[in-house]
Amino acid sequence: MKVLLMGNPNVGKSVFFSRLTGTSVTASNYPGTTVEYTEGHMRWKEEIIDIIDVPGTYTLTPTNKAEEVAVEMLTEGDLVINVVDATNLERNLNLTLQLLEKNIPVIVALNMWDETHHKGIEINVSKLEELLGVPVIPTAAIKGNGIKNIINNFNYRNIVKRDYENTEKRWAEIGKIIEEVQEIKPGSHSFLDYLEEWSIKPLTGIPIATFILYLSFKIISFIGEGLIGYITEPFFETVYRPVITKLSLLLGSQGLLHDLLIGQLIEGKIDFEQSFGLLSTGIFIPLAAVLPYIIAFYFILGLLEDTGYLPRLAALVDNIMHRVGLHGFSIIPMILGLGCNVPAALAVRSLESKREKFIASTLMAIAIPCMAQIAMILGLVGPFGGKYVTYVFVILAAVWIIVGLLLDKLLPGFSTDLLLEIPPMRMPSVGTVLKKLWMRIYSFLKEAIPYVLLGIFIVNLLYIIGIFDILALVIGPFLNRFFGLPKETTSALLMGFLRKDLAMGILATMELTAKQLVIASTILAIYFPCIATFAVLIRELGIIDMLKSTLVMLITTLLVGGFVNFAFQNGGITILGWLIIILAVILTKFIPDFNNKKIDIKS
Amino acid sequence: MTQLNELKNGEEGIIISFNGGQGLINKLNAMGVRTGKKVTVISDSFIGGPVTIKIDTNTVSIGHGMASRITMEVER
Repeated sequence: MKVLLMGNPNVGKSVFFSRLTGTSVTASNYPGTTVEYTEGHMRWKEEIIDIIDVPGTYTLTPTNKAEEVAVEMLTEGDLVINVVDATNLERNLNLTLQLLEKNIPVIVALNMWDETHHKGIEINVSKLEELLGVPVIPTAAIKGNGIKNIINNFNYRNIVKRDYENTEKRWAEIGKIIEEVQEIKPGSHSFLDYLEEWSIKPLTGIPIATFILYLSFKIISFIGEGLIGYITEPFFETVYRPVITKLSLLLGSQGLLHDLLIGQLIEGKIDFEQSFGLLSTGIFIPLAAVLPYIIAFYFILGLLEDTGYLPRLAALVDNIMHRVGLHGFSIIPMILGLGCNVPAALAVRSLESKREKFIASTLMAIAIPCMAQIAMILGLVGPFGGKYVTYVFVILAAVWIIVGLLLDKLLPGFSTDLLLEIPPMRMPSVGTVLKKLWMRIYSFLKEAIPYVLLGIFIVNLLYIIGIFDILALVIGPFLNRFFGLPKETTSALLMGFLRKDLAMGILATMELTAKQLVIASTILAIYFPCIATFAVLIRELGIIDMLKSTLVMLITTLLVGGFVNFAFQNGGITILGWLIIILAVILTKFIPDFNNKKIDIKS
Repeated sequence: MTQLNELKNGEEGIIISFNGGQGLINKLNAMGVRTGKKVTVISDSFIGGPVTIKIDTNTVSIGHGMASRITMEVER
């Protein structure tokens, strides 16, 4: 049996989902698409049934790919649980009535029931049940209320098969229903209500946003550093080192197999960062250096998502995003990209026009380093001083702005306008946040460990065969001249195609100056996305656009790498360097518009 | 008659019409923005930014361009 959870975005569907399902939850792509949905299982009357968390949708006449998938999934389910936000009944009923027109049994979960009271909303449930002709069950998924009643209705199989003919008649019907079942009294304004309003108004919202982002950053680095300093590194030193040292001795401290598994001994000892064997550095990078920051980042991101803060941020930055040809919602892929560029590339698909998709994907891939790379930058550049880390991010931010301004001017096509529901601020549910965190950590481990191991294997292989020496001879002089990097860094740039954290790991084996590290970190972020992101982007943008995007990346790399090499002197960007950056921003203003940039009103 | 983007914080109005194609109307309808509905502006358009409105209990942010296509009747 297959039960589909369907509803508008922000109705607490995922909380509902985690209440119903156990720990065996998987995120999968819908066949033939990159739309992600979550599937879980539960035991019901001696039967294991599938629960599917269908992507949130406002309507069954799809406006984007995610909604198309939602509609397609309808044909596969045995029962739909339509999760409805009771505090927003009117808008939610639009989807409900459309579901009633389909050939599938529906039960309605009137979620957020606990919130209706303080908002002064009264809903006559039995009347609503009578008018819709299907079971309507009040629930408060976050507290676990009403979930049992939903499960008791799992064998409901009646199909009402309504026909409202067209959109207008459907809305008329909704109007009638609302009139009969709902009464809204002006509720009292709580502190949270005020906070909700302050967080959207620019005058108060921008300081709040600055504070929240600063706090998030502080907490992430606190958790990340803490986990590394107190858990992962001590674990590797005291538990793992004795084991692997024994293995090293067993293998005779040298030889092909030893070099592959353990790597080179540094002053007679295994160095987790520099030995570069499969079982030393290959395990250390993903688990000890990167994982702590992945945990920290996704924990905070989960909280930001589930409190309902992100849409507010999207509305606040709408203005800025229009300058680069996007609208406020595009901040979401940018933030996701800080975790991993792959889900960010997937999130770009909910943008409407081809032009917006191209700009958002390119900016994300070019100037947003993923947490795996950031963790390595912090570990590698950090010891030279915080200001060098800051420089990497300042340069990337400047790249984001300048490339964005240019793309907006030069790309043909149209951009759309923001239209975004601002959900109420809510206390996140600990269970949902942790479950989501676990799913993200799991998918990081699943991706990172094999790729890092494969990468280290290839690196060792290429060193042994001597390919890197040849490449260093061919490409090395160019790197040296343009970017001021030693010719050995060729191998890092090459491995950056596979994984950025691995590439940064290779840099750790070289004695680079702070300036060289700043340059190398920056161009590693810019020049090309890692292979996993690249694969998704090809599917999303098509091969032609992806080639164009790659061209933008390569040109940017040359200009930025060369520029930083020139303008970074005595531990900072020179005044002339700053002038050039500012001049570049101003000059983009004088480029004539190559497109009409009209906001599309038809689609 | 005024356009939604011209309304100030706290002002109320009723949506009269949408100046756009069926696609725009469907998109707005699906978000609960429909003709005849009473709207309160929570955050007005700040140098080309979006307008955030409240309809009953529903809060929606609408980009400046789109808001300029929504005609309102305002009692002042």
